[in-house]
Amino acid sequence: MRILTINGFRRVVDMPDDTPLLWVVREHLQMTGTKFGCGAGLCGACTVHLNGEAVRSCQTSLADAAEGEVTTIEGLDPRGQHPLQRAWIAEQVPQCGWCQSGQIMQAASLLQKNPNPSDAQIVEAMDGNLCRCMTYVRIKKAIKRAAKDMRSGTKEI
Amino acid sequence: MTETLARKATARRVNRRQFLVGSMATGAGLTCGFSLLPTLMGSAGEALAAGNFSPTVWYTIDRGGIVTVHITKSEMGQHVGTALAQAVAEELEADWKDIRIDYPDPAERWGLMVTGGSWSVNNSFDTLSRCGAAGRMAMIEAGAKAMGVPEGECRAASSRVVHKSGKSISYADLVSSGKVDKTYSPDDLKKIQLKKAGEYKIVGKPVPALDIPAKTNGTARYGMDMFVPGMVYAKIARPPVRYGAKATNVDDSEAKNIPGYQQFVSVADPTGTATHYVIAIADNYPAAMAAASALKVEWDLGPNAGVSSDNILDHAKQLTADPATGLSFWDIGDAGKALAGAATKLEAEYVTPLAVHAPLEPMNCVAFERDGVWHIYSGSQFQTRSGPLVAAAVGAKPEQVLIHQVYLGGGFGRRLEADAMVPAVLAAKAVGKPVKLIYSREEDVQNDFFRTITYQRMQGGLDAGGKLVVLTQDVCAAWATKRWGIEAFLSDSTDKKGKLDSFSVNGADSWYTIPNHHVRAIENDLAQAATPSGQFRSVAPAWTFWAVESFVDELAHKANKDPVAFRLAMLDATGRNAGTAPNSVGGAKRIADVIKLAVEKSGYGKKQLPKGRAMGLAAVSSQERNTPTWTAGVAEVSVAKDGTVKLHKMTIAIDVGTMVNPDGVRAQVEGATLWGVSLALYEQASMKNGNIEQTNFDTYTPLRMSQVPELDIHVIGTGNYPAGVGEPAVTVVAPAIANAVYNAVGARVRTLPLTPDKVAAAMKA
Repeated sequence: MRILTINGFRRVVDMPDDTPLLWVVREHLQMTGTKFGCGAGLCGACTVHLNGEAVRSCQTSLADAAEGEVTTIEGLDPRGQHPLQRAWIAEQVPQCGWCQSGQIMQAASLLQKNPNPSDAQIVEAMDGNLCRCMTYVRIKKAIKRAAKDMRSGTKEI
Repeated sequence: MTETLARKATARRVNRRQFLVGSMATGAGLTCGFSLLPTLMGSAGEALAAGNFSPTVWYTIDRGGIVTVHITKSEMGQHVGTALAQAVAEELEADWKDIRIDYPDPAERWGLMVTGGSWSVNNSFDTLSRCGAAGRMAMIEAGAKAMGVPEGECRAASSRVVHKSGKSISYADLVSSGKVDKTYSPDDLKKIQLKKAGEYKIVGKPVPALDIPAKTNGTARYGMDMFVPGMVYAKIARPPVRYGAKATNVDDSEAKNIPGYQQFVSVADPTGTATHYVIAIADNYPAAMAAASALKVEWDLGPNAGVSSDNILDHAKQLTADPATGLSFWDIGDAGKALAGAATKLEAEYVTPLAVHAPLEPMNCVAFERDGVWHIYSGSQFQTRSGPLVAAAVGAKPEQVLIHQVYLGGGFGRRLEADAMVPAVLAAKAVGKPVKLIYSREEDVQNDFFRTITYQRMQGGLDAGGKLVVLTQDVCAAWATKRWGIEAFLSDSTDKKGKLDSFSVNGADSWYTIPNHHVRAIENDLAQAATPSGQFRSVAPAWTFWAVESFVDELAHKANKDPVAFRLAMLDATGRNAGTAPNSVGGAKRIADVIKLAVEKSGYGKKQLPKGRAMGLAAVSSQERNTPTWTAGVAEVSVAKDGTVKLHKMTIAIDVGTMVNPDGVRAQVEGATLWGVSLALYEQASMKNGNIEQTNFDTYTPLRMSQVPELDIHVIGTGNYPAGVGEPAVTVVAPAIANAVYNAVGARVRTLPLTPDKVAAAMKA
């Protein structure tokens, strides 16, 4: 039994300590915005934040996650209006959409650390996130748009 | 297949029904759809109010004026609902802000429900446009009456009927009045004059896709996101061969130590989707995964346990070498005689390996039975086939199965298959509880319905002037469509000697004018048995054009001609290549046009490039001969000494007829181009001892962001009927890259993907 802090709420989770955070979040807590893609840390679809840092939830145990604060796509912004989410709509990024929660969480972690990433820095940060629809060109554009908006403090697009 | 089943089904449906615009008894608003019993009823309003039949409702308008378009195509990233709603809104003259879409549950009245082949917009645009126009005309009639003015002095715009005096009434008010009532015969519908290019207000505009916002905040619901009270989790314990195994004994003594483990289910598959399932059932998914690994299963591995990719390829070569095998798909002139008399001959073999769909949402299904109905939540591209398979699995009637529509976490042809639904319902029936079954990624890769291994033998003959006078193409592959067992999907051979799977050879019936041209379709029975194949984004044109467009370049070099001029000379748009309405108006000339555009934009043949760097061209008419999307591509590559190919840039020129949603079209072309790059350079699977050697994204390696080349995409609307856009660009990429590699370092690689080892070997040859 663990108490998990997730998106600012404290939830009691009665599952074994070594349960991957992914399954706790999407099946036990039914917060399905976090997606299962590979179960091996190879695709990034399950990316969430642990203490503000992007982690693969399929490779993070419940016990480790309970030590810190977890943020999922549902908690990135209370109204779903994070600059990255607005940029994702402006650039019409998602196709099937399955990987996009992970892409956005990965990008949010990048922009937190580096408000003005170069193309090469974006590629380096995002290369672990697969998109089978291959929306990579638009993902890159949307990250640059969001970074610009965040730097200039733009609230609406 | 000269005509798609979907189109036939649509035509039949329209012909036996009438189109009604009126109010239903129970619904608060206006219903626009086809009725089943037109002759027994009076007005549309009476017919709909009677409520004792089941209309095919294409859209409704409520009293607030909100238009809801029902989308019977699956949403898997192509934003199809948005494009189809644009067609309705355009002719209905509805304001785009009033438009909503939903995805109704499948039923017989919708006809064939399948999403694939780049068919959706191409097949539905005309029907939906006419339905929209019929609604507009009904509104104008009712609006004129309500305002007391002649109908001829009214028009519709922005969800209002407007009189020439400026007086107007909204659709919302007209619907609220309950006085909209009009019936159309099939002939009336056919006679409606639809708008032409240039008159569009919503079609052709990049309206934002309606499914995108939910995909940025975690609220979009996919099959795996469904929950049912009392649900248990299921994980298959997979046999160590792809197809043909049977469990002879299952020991769960170790699984019993796993907290949450409930039981196992061991059951034969009555549908043939697999042969036998052993399924672990548990309280939660991690426990089900652990239990599936802990089950000790003894397998009879069946007839395919020794099969490898090499066996399949060898078998293909043997089959192809025998002129008596296979069936004729395309037969112009006398290829045998022409080959014998050709001044110069060339022969080459082209190969593509197994490829895995790997949609990022692994296959999954939530299934349960309630009040005699089996409810299925699982992303599906083919409800019409999957429903009966589910029914057969549990011994129910097809009408007792309801496949609910959900978003698909990637389709690409993978979700034409029901292989997650069948074990899910079998498990749910066995344990008497709702079941959520989820494939691991390893299972999703190894248990795919693959893109088949293909082997093609090309022969060409040039006359003394270097003109291509004969081409033969033998295409040996597994026949995915034949595996489905749907007779209507197969086609007669040209000599009527048998039925062939045209989805294994489409594209080989190319638009080049070649006086003697023969294509033979050969079923690889070993591939069919050991590597059950499926339809894979861009289907046969991915391999037929790989061979044709590589070989045409080889022939051009052999003839000492410029590959562009060599192609253009054969794209004369005469005779059978002149094109026909509506899909191929203009014929081969439209390929010539996109070739010229791609050449101009890329600088092919003009731009000076350093040693080891070059461009290559290819042009295609994917997908099927009667649904061509004219596409040309130029790849710019450099090749390192070790054979590593660096793709710098892909230039694509694509003529899609009419762009219903230009940004959506562009998104599809971007994705399709990169899918083509991924298959050309990075993706391959292999079979050994009847099993797939790759398991996850460390061994099966689709394109990542760092491997994306510069894209220069030119989408042209020529005002012709809208063509499919999800697949065609895939097929131009591999031959363009191979031709570029040849131009860069003189190495001709004829087996995909173009990995460094193959390129290096060809450089030495």
